[in-house]
Amino acid sequence: MENSAPISITESQKPLSPWRLFWLRLKRRRIAMLGGVILIFLYSVMLFAGFVAPYTYSRQDRDRFFHPPIWPRPSGFHIVVPRYEQLPGDFVYREVPNDTKPLHFFVRGDQYKLFGLIPATVHLFGSDDNYPLYLLGTDQFGRDVFSRLLYGSEISLSIGVVGILLSFALGMIIGGISGYFSGVTDTVIMRFCELIMSIPALYLIISLRATFPPDMSSSQVYAMIVVILSFIGWASMARVIRGMTLSLREQQFVLAARSLGQSNFKIIVRHILPNTLSYVIVAATLSVPYYILGEVVLSFLGVGIQEPQASWGNMLTAAEDIQYLQNYPWLLAPSAAIFVTVLAFNFLGDGLRDAADTKSL
Amino acid sequence: MNLLEIKNLKMDFGKNAEALRAIDDVSFTIGTGETVCLVGESGCGKTVTALSIARLVPTPPANYVGGEILLNGRDTLKMSVRELQQIRGGVVSYVFQDPGASLNPVFRIGNQIKESLKLHKPEKANDAEVIRLLKLVGIPAPESRIKNYPFEMSGGMQQRVMIAMALASEPKLLVADEPTTALDVTIQAQILDLLSELKQRLGMAILLITHNLGIVGDMADRVAVMYAGQIVELSPARELLRRPLHPYTRALMNSVPKLRGDADRLSAIPGNVPRIGNFPPGCRFAPRCPIARPECSEKIPELLEVEPGRFVRCPYAKELNIN
Repeated sequence: MENSAPISITESQKPLSPWRLFWLRLKRRRIAMLGGVILIFLYSVMLFAGFVAPYTYSRQDRDRFFHPPIWPRPSGFHIVVPRYEQLPGDFVYREVPNDTKPLHFFVRGDQYKLFGLIPATVHLFGSDDNYPLYLLGTDQFGRDVFSRLLYGSEISLSIGVVGILLSFALGMIIGGISGYFSGVTDTVIMRFCELIMSIPALYLIISLRATFPPDMSSSQVYAMIVVILSFIGWASMARVIRGMTLSLREQQFVLAARSLGQSNFKIIVRHILPNTLSYVIVAATLSVPYYILGEVVLSFLGVGIQEPQASWGNMLTAAEDIQYLQNYPWLLAPSAAIFVTVLAFNFLGDGLRDAADTKSL
Repeated sequence: MNLLEIKNLKMDFGKNAEALRAIDDVSFTIGTGETVCLVGESGCGKTVTALSIARLVPTPPANYVGGEILLNGRDTLKMSVRELQQIRGGVVSYVFQDPGASLNPVFRIGNQIKESLKLHKPEKANDAEVIRLLKLVGIPAPESRIKNYPFEMSGGMQQRVMIAMALASEPKLLVADEPTTALDVTIQAQILDLLSELKQRLGMAILLITHNLGIVGDMADRVAVMYAGQIVELSPARELLRRPLHPYTRALMNSVPKLRGDADRLSAIPGNVPRIGNFPPGCRFAPRCPIARPECSEKIPELLEVEPGRFVRCPYAKELNIN
């Protein structure tokens, strides 16, 4: 591959465990590591979204619709926030010269719940009420786009992981059963998978959405999106796992496990599926973007996360008007976030795939 | 009562018109603490016979059409899945040919042994018991070995781990299916010594499958020789090796290269093993048999007791013996 410094084995006497080897191979893939670091950053910010965001997702500033981004800048020993005033006309703002207030860290502000549990009011940074801090501007309702981006990440980033967990668990178990038992079981399950895969995903998503009631709370909608996307996503996973199981079940260790009196289900779960993990981890990483984009599509179409709750998908709905795009390009911030996230997952996934390939060094 | 009693076992692969008879009328017994060797060429049905004891051959394609397999007096062919899971590992344990493939590559060996303990002796599923078992099978420094992955061990060590797993539940019968084929000769000897020693110590019976007649002499109390799905000779080991009766057994023993002697070619049995489903009528060895007569190809000979404890499937064995 791109760099070929040999792995030094002399540093330890023992042979390296498979996971350790995997890690060593992964570490040498810079782009994958970059993707990993970006994801770790994004997900940690997601965990502390309420704390990092200066405002809550629903706070409206009725004096400042479509406010352009406000950037704090250094001035002496302080970081200061400039003040803007609105000019007559359609949402035109101008910075007031020499009128700034210092930026404060760990300030009290809107109440939020840390990790969705602990009520808190302290924010990472903030400034005076008349000197608002809209890092990425405001939307058509005067809500802070940056704060909404962070709150939106709670949904958009987690939905990928939760969706993957659900659909891969389903796909692995069903695929394992299908491959292990083969025969009629296999035929029935596989034809069903093909049926699901043959329906264009978007129509299936929308028609499935129609089976749920229109008025649902946002957590219900969240669960619904996960269920819908997993329902479509498990089939392709099941097919691959079934293929791998067909070969793994002929391995002698499966016979050995049976000869010790292990039950079929436990053989699938404890002996066959762990042997598919190196593939599954890679496939999972590469499939997360599909779930993130799935949520975006649903929310963009207005059948996903509902206002005022923020998600990257429904934030983009505001950006569908070409007029808005021309005049207020900061509304596209969520698409940049999606772009970075999806790219990071793909970088990491590619690196994981190379690292999982034992023939590469 | 014998520990294991296989009576007239008949098994097909496939059904009806496509049925291929893999085991044909096999009967033998294993007493408590006895070592029986099952000898024969590849594909003669040794392994499927052994796997049948705990019903490990998947049905379908296998199809048991007759006979009984009495383990402790109970027919395993009539057992429910749950009962079979109790029997497997509990009464009869298996050790297979390739230890590297028998261990799951992604788990530490300590956990794999613990898993077999969990199945049959859940109260003893702890590290101490795992270490005791590893000591029992002669693995040095077992405390540090339990954290090893299978690939970190040599073939001999892996086979010892497999034996430890098989012994975890103190089975009455250990079925060893060519346990030393994948190992080199010195390790082979060590593993066989280990098996005999464990047999003495734990009082279990062993069914040893092999095609190595040297092993038979070392280990077996009795030997069953299989050919094309049938037992052709069943006899105490010592007598069989000294004086084989069936022409096939004789030919087999002649094929073993001798340490002394001036033959520069190995002597081989002429012809090929008949393919399953394409067995000759009558005696299945007849086409390759040096003493075959025309009537040999007409009727399958019976397995007859020609001397006390010696069964041979050849009506002319006696005459051959005299010559």
